[in-house]
Order: sequence, then structure tokens, then C-alpha cells
Amino acid sequence: MTDWLSPTEWQAVALSLRVAFWATVISLPLGIWVAWLLARREFPGKQVLNGLVHLPLILPPVVTGYLLLITFGRRGYVGQFLDQWFGIVLAFRWTGAVLAAAVMAFPLMVRAIRLAFEAVDPKLEQAAGTLGASPAWVFLTVTLPLILPGVLAGAVLAFAKAMGEFGATITFVSNIPGETQTLPSAIYAFLQVPGGDAQAFRLVIVSIAVAMGALIASEWIGRRVARRIGGLG
Amino acid sequence: MSFLSLSHLEKTFGTNRVVKDFNLSVEKGEFISLLGPSGCGKTTVLRMVAGFETPTSGGIVIDGQEVTGLKPNQRNIGMMFQAYALFPNMTVAENVAFGLKVKGVAKDKRDARVEEMLRLIGLPEMGGRYPFQLSGGQQQRVALARALAPSPRVLLLDEPLSALDAKVRVSLRNEIREIQRELGITTIFVTHDQEEALSMSDRVVVMNGGIAEQVGAPFEVYNRPSTRFVATFVGTLNVFDGAVTGPQSVTLAGVPVTLAEPVEASKGATVALALRPEAVQLGRVEGADVVLPATIESVEFLGSIIRVRARAGGSVVALDTFNRMDAPPPAIGAETEVSLHARDLIVLAG
Ligand SMILES: Nc1ncnc2c1ncn2[C@@H]1O[C@H](COP(=O)(O)OP(=O)(O)OP(=O)(O)O)[C@@H](O)[C@H]1O
Ligand SMILES: [Mg+2]
Repeated sequence: MTDWLSPTEWQAVALSLRVAFWATVISLPLGIWVAWLLARREFPGKQVLNGLVHLPLILPPVVTGYLLLITFGRRGYVGQFLDQWFGIVLAFRWTGAVLAAAVMAFPLMVRAIRLAFEAVDPKLEQAAGTLGASPAWVFLTVTLPLILPGVLAGAVLAFAKAMGEFGATITFVSNIPGETQTLPSAIYAFLQVPGGDAQAFRLVIVSIAVAMGALIASEWIGRRVARRIGGLG
Repeated sequence: MSFLSLSHLEKTFGTNRVVKDFNLSVEKGEFISLLGPSGCGKTTVLRMVAGFETPTSGGIVIDGQEVTGLKPNQRNIGMMFQAYALFPNMTVAENVAFGLKVKGVAKDKRDARVEEMLRLIGLPEMGGRYPFQLSGGQQQRVALARALAPSPRVLLLDEPLSALDAKVRVSLRNEIREIQRELGITTIFVTHDQEEALSMSDRVVVMNGGIAEQVGAPFEVYNRPSTRFVATFVGTLNVFDGAVTGPQSVTLAGVPVTLAEPVEASKGATVALALRPEAVQLGRVEGADVVLPATIESVEFLGSIIRVRARAGGSVVALDTFNRMDAPPPAIGAETEVSLHARDLIVLAG
């Protein structure tokens, strides 16, 4: 595998895997919380939150990247704050690529988990409550096991999306080999230079393999969900 | 001092007053039914007792403890739902053990209690199964065992039988009542099925539009309904118009009748006189106060009971007679008479 891909290519693949992994892991708790809010709570501004979450799905990725840049860039409000107080810099760093990928993948993740929440009968949680369980206990022992397949499916989907994210990433963190050059950015870069077709093609194969793997994984999880819901009836 | 007391409970959703000045005192070990039509607020009352809804005003006291502001998990109550609500990812035994685990009961004690509960509901071998491997009736029994396992102070049941088929419904209702008696657990049972309410309960609360119209023993509620709503909702009822002729006398279809109790209406006024189908007899009966000519309109053979509808006294009268092998039901269109007694007439207020 290592001699099949050149070091630059390998670097891009490894970086993409790392970015997608962290984007998924970091957004998962927030994704579960937001999905729960949207599925189970009524509060003013719910539609605003819903819109905000889904915005990256409909905005041109370049626009999302630009918004990230003016917010989290060194001059941006949040960027400045993070830099001054925590020494965290996101713009043009791989951590910024994580942020961009997480934002872009977030709607897909939330959607999958939200559906899982909505499939859980609130009566189950109420029954657990009357049996003396605190809300945290109910969540951990009743709700979470039931939404787990949905959470996993959402995570797989988000991971695949994060692997393939291009527009927002390149706008926010550019295309620096070894730092922010993810798989799609590398493919793009190779296609810009004469004779880079073969390299690009190899990365395309890797992309397809990863995407297929994710698809098969989420299919498999989906079947398990169907079995479980079938068992419910 | 009663064991469970609901005082001046009110619940408003938005501008919709769903429960109005609801008062109820329940003795320890008593089985109470909330009976009423759909949307009358039965579930809302139950959910306030469980702690899922906060009363807009009023208070709830269980065993001397004010629980109005407590969360459901702090109330030590058991609840059963219409759709079983068993945890699908847990076995029967794990379901029953859930409340014990929450309480921190040690594993050996827990296992013993689960076994005891499964024996109580007649499913001792089913501990290892998952809910989807059980029939509806079995699932609901497991739900009962799960609710009872942690020894709750009060058992709340929200139409637990209405998802089951008729046979299972009757056997399970007897079983629930038996277990309830055996454990002596204070119980509130919500239903819109009057037969269920009358057959199971120590006392019935008949609700309408968020109001408790009458609270009483089944015999009381059925025979002495305090409002027109209770009279018409509980059981079948024949209603005649009576013209008041004196403080305790009326005419019914032209026949003068002396009532068992005084009427609260002035002379010349019209009052509604109600009569249960089993208080009307077919044919001319010796000693009857009123005998009316009648034409048979329909005959329904229900087995032990035959329900006849006959046109008499200007309206259609339903009457029930017992099946007898030597007396076949009357033919439709037959001309006959119906008899009734003044003591069976219920004067409906309002
Ligand atoms: N959470 C809620 N928000 C708004 N209105 C509600 C809510 N819960 C109940 N209601 C309303 O309160 C009224 C009483 O509802 P409730 O569920 O107590 O009726 P019920 O007597 O249990 O009826 P059923 O026999 O159909 O179960 C209904 O009109 C219902 O629409
Ligand atoms: Mg209800």
C-alpha cells in the first residue's frame, strides 16, 4: 500500500482520515444534543436552530468556507479570541480542516440521529422515569441503546462526508501539502499540473473505496435498525 | 386521612381548561377508576399524579407527603401504559429488574424479586425472552410486574387493556384486580369502558369535560346517577318525558305515577324520567305501576340476555330479558305490552 501511493499521496490520505475522524468524534456529542433538542423539545427559536444546522447543506461550500474564514480566521471575532486566550489557530491549519469538515457534515449527522430519537417511544422514557430513574439514567440505559444504530449511521455518514469535503475546506484552510491538503484537495492539485492524472486517479480509487466502505457500513447498520424496529412490533 | 388526595386540581393547556377543580380522596388499597369519554381529561389527571404534568393549581398528597412539585422519579409510583412500553432492548427479566436496579437493590435480592414477580403474573419461564417474543397480553402482564417490582405506593394504569382483544381483556382485568387485592396496592385505573370500570372498581369517578361529575361505588353510580351525563354515559338508559302533577307525582304517557322521591320541579313542568333496560319488563306484570302498549321493533339475541327494542309511550324503549329455553324471543312487529315500576324511575336533573 505504501509503495503503491507516493509519500505526498499517502500524506493526503492519512490527513483526510485524521480530519474526518476528528470531525466526526468532536461533533458527535453536540450532534446528539442538537438532534435531541430538535426531536424532543419545544422552545422559541427552534426553527432558527433547525435552519442554522441545515444551512451548510444548501449554501455553496465556498460560502460556508468564507463564513468560517471571517469568523474563525485570525482577524475573525472568534478566531482572535481563540488565538489570544487559548493560542488556538484554526485558519490554514489541519485543525481548521477539521472544523470545516465538521460543519459541513453536521446536518447529515443530526438528521440521522434525530430520526433515531423520533423513533423512540417517549412512553418508554416515561416508564423508566416512574421506575425511579433520573433523566441521565433514562438517557443512558433506555434512550441511548435504542438510538445507537442511528448514532452510528449518522457518524458513518458524517465521516464519509468529511472525507470528501472540498469547497469549504480549501476556502478556509487552503491547500497546503502535509498540513491542509486533504484527499479531494490533493486530487484537485494533481489535476492542475500536467501529467498528474495518474496520481489523481489513484486517489480517486482510494476515495471510491472509502465511500463504498462507508456506504456498506451504514447499510449494515440500517439493516440492524430495521431488525430492531421489526422486533418492536 | 386518606392515602392519596387530589385537591382542587386544575390543568390548563394554553387557553384550554382540561381539568377543572378536581377533588378525590383515595383510601389505602382502594381501586379507583376514572371513567369518561375521550378527551375528558382522564389521562391528564393520571399524568399529574405521575408527575408528567404539573398542575396549573391544586395539590397532590401521597401518604402524607406533598408530591405536587416532585419529578416522576421521586414519587415512587408504578405506571402501566396502553401500549405496554416495555424496553425492547432488554429481556423480560431485565425489564422487571429495571426499577430495582435503579434503587440499588443487590443482585441476589433483585433476582429473587424478579422471580417472585414473574410467578405472580403467571409467566415464571419467560424471564429470558425479549418483549417482541411475547403476545400482547403477556407483554402487558410483564409491564404490570415491572411496575410492581419496586413496591410503589400507588399504581397508575392508563387504559392498559384497550390494545388487547376481547377475551384477553376480560381475563387480564380479573388478573389485575386479583393481584391488586393480594398486594393491597392503591390503584387508579383510567378507562373509557364502563363495563371495565363498573366490574373492577371499589369506586368510580365519572368525568366529563374535565369535571368529576360523580364519585361513588359502581352500584351507586349506576343506580343513582347524580347528573344527566352520568345517567346517560354509564349504561343504557330509556328516557321518558313526565309531566309534574304534584310534589312527588307525575304522569308518564298519560298514566299517573307516584315517585319514590320528591321532584324538584313545579307543577306543570316537564321532567326527564330515566329507566334502565333491565327495569322494563315485557308483557303485563302483576303489580306494575305503569303498563304501556308496545310494538316490537328489534330483537338482539346476546346469549344470556335478549335485548329488545319496542315502541311504547311515544318513544323507543330498550329492555333486557334473560334467555329462557321455554320462552323464545318475541317476533318483530308483534303487538304486546311493557311494564315498569315507579321505584325504578330516575328523575334526571337539569
Ligand atoms: N400536552 C397537551 N397539550 C395540549 N393539549 C393537551 C395536552 N394533553 C392533553 N391535551 C388536551 O386535553 C384534553 C384532555 O386530554 P386527555 O388525554 O386527558 O383525555 P382523556 O380523557 O385521557 O382521553 P382519551 O380517552 O382519548 O385518552 C384533550 O382535549 C387534549 O386535546
Ligand atoms: Mg387518555
